[in-house]
Amino acid sequence: MGNIAFDLAHLLAGGLVLVSFMMLYQDRLYALLNVFALQAVVLSAAVAWQALIQDASHLYVTALIALVFKALVIPGALHRIIQKLGIHREVEQVVGVGTTMLAGMGLVALSITLMLSLTSAADAIAREDLAFALSVVLLGLLMMVTRRNAVSQVVGFMSLENGLILAATGAKGMPLVVEISVAFSVLIAFIVIGVFLFRIRERFDTVDVGALDSFRGEKR
Amino acid sequence: MELIVNLIVQGIQMALVVALAPLLVGLVRKVKARLTRRRGASLVQPYRDIARLMRKEVVLAENASWLFRVVPYMVFAATWVAAALVPTFATGLQFSWTADLIAIVALLGSARFFLALAGMDVGTSFGGIGSSREMMIATMAEPAMLLTVFSVALVAGSTQLSTVSHFMASPEVGLRVSLGLALVALIIVAIAENARIPVDNPATHLELTMVHEAMVLEYSGRHLAMIEIAAALKLLLYISLIACVFFPWGIATESDSLGAYAVGALAYFAKLGAGGVALAVFETSIAKMRVFRVPDFLGVALMLALLGTLLLFVSRSL
Amino acid sequence: MLLDVAISCAAFLLLLAVPAVALGSRPFASSLIYALSVIPLAIVAVVGVSALLGVGEMTTAVLPVGLPWLGSHLSLDALSAFFLVVVGLGGAVTGVYAIGYGRHEHEPWRVLPFYPAFLGAMVIVVLADDASTFLLSWEVMSLLSWALVLAHHRESEAQKAAYVYLVMAGFGTMALLLAFGLLAGGEGGYAFEAIRAGKRSPLAATAILALMLIGAGSKAGLAPLHVWLPLAHPAAPSHVSALMSGVMTKVALYGFIRVVFDLLGPLEWWTSPAVILLGSTTAVLGIVYAMMESDIKKALAYSTIENIGVIFAALGLALAFKASGLTAPAALAFSAALFHIFNHMAFKSLLFMGAGAVLNATGRRDLDGLGGLIGRMPVTSFLVLVGVTAISALPPLNGFASEWLVFQSVLKSPELPQIGLQILIPAAGGLLALAAALVAAAFVRIYGVGFLGRPRSEAARQAKEVDRFSLTAMALLAAICVLAGIFPGLVLDTMAPAVHAMLGSQLPLQAEQPWLTLVPITESRSTYNGLLVMVFIAVSASAAAWMVHRLASRRLRRAPAWDCGFPNADPATQYGAGSFAQPVRRVLGTILMRAHEEVKMPPPGDPSPARHTVHTRDLIWEEIYLRIASTVNVIATRMNHLQFLTIRRYLSLVLFSLVSLLLVLALWN
Repeated sequence: MGNIAFDLAHLLAGGLVLVSFMMLYQDRLYALLNVFALQAVVLSAAVAWQALIQDASHLYVTALIALVFKALVIPGALHRIIQKLGIHREVEQVVGVGTTMLAGMGLVALSITLMLSLTSAADAIAREDLAFALSVVLLGLLMMVTRRNAVSQVVGFMSLENGLILAATGAKGMPLVVEISVAFSVLIAFIVIGVFLFRIRERFDTVDVGALDSFRGEKR
Repeated sequence: MELIVNLIVQGIQMALVVALAPLLVGLVRKVKARLTRRRGASLVQPYRDIARLMRKEVVLAENASWLFRVVPYMVFAATWVAAALVPTFATGLQFSWTADLIAIVALLGSARFFLALAGMDVGTSFGGIGSSREMMIATMAEPAMLLTVFSVALVAGSTQLSTVSHFMASPEVGLRVSLGLALVALIIVAIAENARIPVDNPATHLELTMVHEAMVLEYSGRHLAMIEIAAALKLLLYISLIACVFFPWGIATESDSLGAYAVGALAYFAKLGAGGVALAVFETSIAKMRVFRVPDFLGVALMLALLGTLLLFVSRSL
Repeated sequence: MLLDVAISCAAFLLLLAVPAVALGSRPFASSLIYALSVIPLAIVAVVGVSALLGVGEMTTAVLPVGLPWLGSHLSLDALSAFFLVVVGLGGAVTGVYAIGYGRHEHEPWRVLPFYPAFLGAMVIVVLADDASTFLLSWEVMSLLSWALVLAHHRESEAQKAAYVYLVMAGFGTMALLLAFGLLAGGEGGYAFEAIRAGKRSPLAATAILALMLIGAGSKAGLAPLHVWLPLAHPAAPSHVSALMSGVMTKVALYGFIRVVFDLLGPLEWWTSPAVILLGSTTAVLGIVYAMMESDIKKALAYSTIENIGVIFAALGLALAFKASGLTAPAALAFSAALFHIFNHMAFKSLLFMGAGAVLNATGRRDLDGLGGLIGRMPVTSFLVLVGVTAISALPPLNGFASEWLVFQSVLKSPELPQIGLQILIPAAGGLLALAAALVAAAFVRIYGVGFLGRPRSEAARQAKEVDRFSLTAMALLAAICVLAGIFPGLVLDTMAPAVHAMLGSQLPLQAEQPWLTLVPITESRSTYNGLLVMVFIAVSASAAAWMVHRLASRRLRRAPAWDCGFPNADPATQYGAGSFAQPVRRVLGTILMRAHEEVKMPPPGDPSPARHTVHTRDLIWEEIYLRIASTVNVIATRMNHLQFLTIRRYLSLVLFSLVSLLLVLALWN
């Protein structure tokens, strides 16, 4: 298998980084969710491939969880929430796309330099997985820092977590991987719901009908 | 004897690219028309157009200088030389070492440079708007192209297209993310450089939306014909370039048998056709973007190319 | 023997200042002095070439002037020889140009005495073989060029330029002094021979590199120390601008190369990223500023900054390769830098001469007052077109050949053992590619607005071709651009001894390649043949033209340009300097220069004109220099009351400082 195993693992992990960049580039919330779902699909493919080459069947569970929860359930739920609440559909950015992208490039370069020089003892797949995983984590953080909107912050956080899962699966012989990933997913779900409850309350506080009326010029 | 054969092969290539280029344009137009349920003009219509333009008289603006009259031939020559140096059906041609990939990019840059100057020559605002926007697009597209060249060259250890093509055909390349990124970046650059949708519309004649067409608005007759051939050649060049770097299957090597050359030629025609159809499908499925969205689009290419060079080090330093 | 000739040429140039003062404003003085300056410079260039080719041995000499215990050491080695060629060639051709151009000078006595001495000082800098001679001649060069900047001293712009230049030159020389102080070490061996033999810690070496970047970098125009350059170079008379941009920046680079590659000894690898990044960002910044500038000479000065950035990036690459012991790629990067130095001398001098010719013919430097010159000054326009093509790095001219070598050395980065550098160098290559693309845009703008189109002013409409001397000088430089472009291998072979002297290795001999192809590494890796590209383009263009005219049609009719139904449009409706820059300004200017546009539309019914204003800010100037200036101002104001103390207090201040100094000394030991 040798070469193909490495090539495909490399391709999928690199794809994950690429999708992270695509998420940074999006300026519409729906598109952002779609890209997030795509990232989850790529992640589950990467994890499943790791399961195959490591002969670790428990990793299939992780892949399945990623696929079901992250690619279908959570994006779907977020979609509905956006629709229901009528949240402004454009991603509000603090920093421009170009600058963010350049910063992202710098982060990727940093994590590659760091990981490749730190882990020179490990085997090839683990090394490059770790380098990519750190990039994905940093890019997720970057996204949380540069976006105002709560939804995009949540998405950023979850993509950060995708990076963690990639790191965990890439390092062989991690028996607790399934548990960790499940625990993380539950945690994420909690955070999502928590943030959203908070945000919704905030929305209903600030958005009142009187403001709409004055906007239309019908002063009573 | 060998020299003569090599020279003949090189000559065939030079003739081939010029002869095929209008056909490729015709193919793209035809497919686009069929996709929008029109019948479309015949495949050979571009040849007829060029022949008609050639026979017509030139209407030259009153204050056009000598530069304006020389530029069409220079643009054609630079593009033709560049196109003749990209391996099409065979690598290792007689003069393929004249210029490497970077020099080919720069040759296209020369053509654009002089065309933009010609756009400024007559002194109307159309030429100016076209030239300034073309140069803006080029300032984003050229670095993206060069970064793509960097990633390809860093993988293959060469900027020589024949060597790159050989390397890409060998099994040691494997699946590489960076090459995929480079391919996407190169396609975006090719779309921008050839003034295709969504960057520019080759079919429009509405002044404010066009870039390339605005720049050459003052050209007519044989001058316009030369520019049209050059534009078609450029499209052919980009498709050949993508084919020979990323899909080098079936390409003949030097001193191969006649059969190999025939196979290479057939493969090349198939690749050209596929490229043309893909372009037409892409163009019909997407809308033109505002001019000032173009930098973002090209920024993506730049970013992909840069990311490609970064990721290269992960795969290679292991 | 060669050295003696060069020294006497320099002495002749320095002494030429005396008759220049004596002759003063006589009508023939200017032609005579310029003509006399051409001869020694041409000899200097010949000396340089013959030293590079190995004709006559390279020697050293000690003159009994300067510091009494040291004398004045001068020597001619391969590196000096290469820079002698640059100075001699650039200076000689500029002299020819000045014979014609100098006639238009209003106050020739403000230029003539300084001009030959300035050139002589540059020759001495290149020949200097000890620290004191080097610094002294460097300072003389700076001061004389400062005096030349002040030639048009009545213009307020020139006054400001001269002031900023003086401050920056003083700052730079201070950095150089410190650098040589560190180089000489405790023993104080100021001859280069002694410095070369000395050993220094990595920390000291890094400090010296930083000081050289400040000292030589500020003179060459490295960002953020470049601010004086776009003020001072354009303020001088055009032939002096050509010298300052084309030659003096090269002498500054010579200082950097001499110290960092020759005297300093080995450097750690982690020092090179600073040089590479400084160089590549300087390149991008310089050309973005050039793109926004509508004064033709200022735009050229900004483009000089861009080229200096490219050269520094290549030198940084050479440092990185050298630090890891990769001598062949280091030689490649270093050759690229030297080649670009030579090329930039040729095309930048040519372009400044072209700008001077336009200034003479029209009296204007702003692009928006020019236009249509290609019909009125055909020869100048053609020669400037050659220069513009060369500087835009378009094949087959020389700018492309050196740019190509820079990119080839970027592609050698995988051989470096440090991952950080492997990643950084292609990214810096991307910046250089961006700069190269912007150069083409900037020069389409300069040429398209300045020389093409319809004349935008009465002065441009009345423009006449300039004199023969100016044209000859420009034609010579244009010929160099073309020849160096199609025979790059010969130039590289000639300069190979200089590369060898600095790095101990050189590029493979290019003259042996078939068809004069440029093969920096191996044939399967990368090749470029300027000659064949030139031949192919020329043959296919003329064949196409001939065929079309012969077989298809040769009819031609002149008619008005397409005007959208609004005939007789004013020339002001053409695309101007500001409008051409608009797309790039929107893309890059908003980030780098905080550019924003303001449109004032009068309300309906109001006949007043609508206004469109563009605001840009020079962030480096405002954020760094103005802040430093205001800080200095604040401190100065605070110190003001020191002027009003009693004598007793002054004495106590003196005592206090003396005692604290002694305390420091006591603690130090």
